[in-house]
Amino acid sequence: MEEIKIDRELDLKGEVCPFTFVKSKLILEQMEPGKVLRILLDYKPSVENVPKSMREEGQEVLEVRQIGENLWEVIVRKVR
Amino acid sequence: MSFQFTEEQIKRYSRHIILPEVGGKGQKKLLDAKVLVIGAGGLGSPSLYYLAAAGVGTIGIVDFDVVDFSNLQRQILHSTERVGKPKVESAKMTLEALNPDVKIIAFNERIHKENVMDIIKDFDIVLDGSDNFPTRFLVNDACYFLGKPLVSAAILRFEGQLTTFDYRDKENSPCYRCLFPEPPPPGLVPSCQEAGLLGVVGGIMGTLQANEALKLILGIGEPLVGKLLVFDALTTDFNIVKLRKDKKCPLCGENPKIKELIEYDQACDIHF
Repeated sequence: MEEIKIDRELDLKGEVCPFTFVKSKLILEQMEPGKVLRILLDYKPSVENVPKSMREEGQEVLEVRQIGENLWEVIVRKVR
Repeated sequence: MSFQFTEEQIKRYSRHIILPEVGGKGQKKLLDAKVLVIGAGGLGSPSLYYLAAAGVGTIGIVDFDVVDFSNLQRQILHSTERVGKPKVESAKMTLEALNPDVKIIAFNERIHKENVMDIIKDFDIVLDGSDNFPTRFLVNDACYFLGKPLVSAAILRFEGQLTTFDYRDKENSPCYRCLFPEPPPPGLVPSCQEAGLLGVVGGIMGTLQANEALKLILGIGEPLVGKLLVFDALTTDFNIVKLRKDKKCPLCGENPKIKELIEYDQACDIHF
């Protein structure tokens, strides 16, 4: 599998919905189209909600993956 | 990397930021916007409340009156303990308590020919919630000369009216004088003190004024330009009537007669 180049990282451990999405969106808004954001989450409902809301806004979700006991990464490419 | 908002702002405005049409960029536009509201009364109360809650960064309020018991049936910015206080002061207290992000500029004065341009010139959008024709005509003409969008609402008994005049686009937007070329003769329209009014009508129409202002700031949706919304509280009917630009309009027509501000006589004592 091709390695995804990460442009920015956002650690949202300790954050809950809807602020996980709100904060991800605020950072993504400042990035150029085509750039990739990696988001770290430890709140389970956000692992579904953040990718869902990102897709609704027209962004491309590249990866949703559990990377620790209570830790997930969501990787999003900014489309617009 | 910064969010460009404080933690408190992220929480306060999260429901805006989530909206695709607003986002952080839209919220920034709101925080940078300057809106002037004429009258802190039945219309101004809800419009000011929602503009402040939305985080409109600079809000001007013009009113020379003091809070009276007879206002409290509809003017929800004020309260019983503030009876006798200037309305702009009472409004400022309420709005600053709601949202410390908002800078309130209070004009505790009557609008007249000499001060209207100075008061309006630094704002982006003007909301007219006054209750008398001399003020309405003066504010309209000043907004027209300065090229500022004017969101105009009026309420009486069970009826409300609303329209937006976008004087950034004078070629296409009708003006208040296309609708009413000049004030009606005194006595024809019931004055503020004679007329009854169901309190919520101000709440509904003032809230719609705030909605128009937010759309203009955010550049989303369609402003109510060239359309007059008429609300009937008894039937809960909202009707939209087309407004056309009048070629013979004394202000914005082909041969305008009005080239400077006109101050009409007050038909009655004014209470916003």
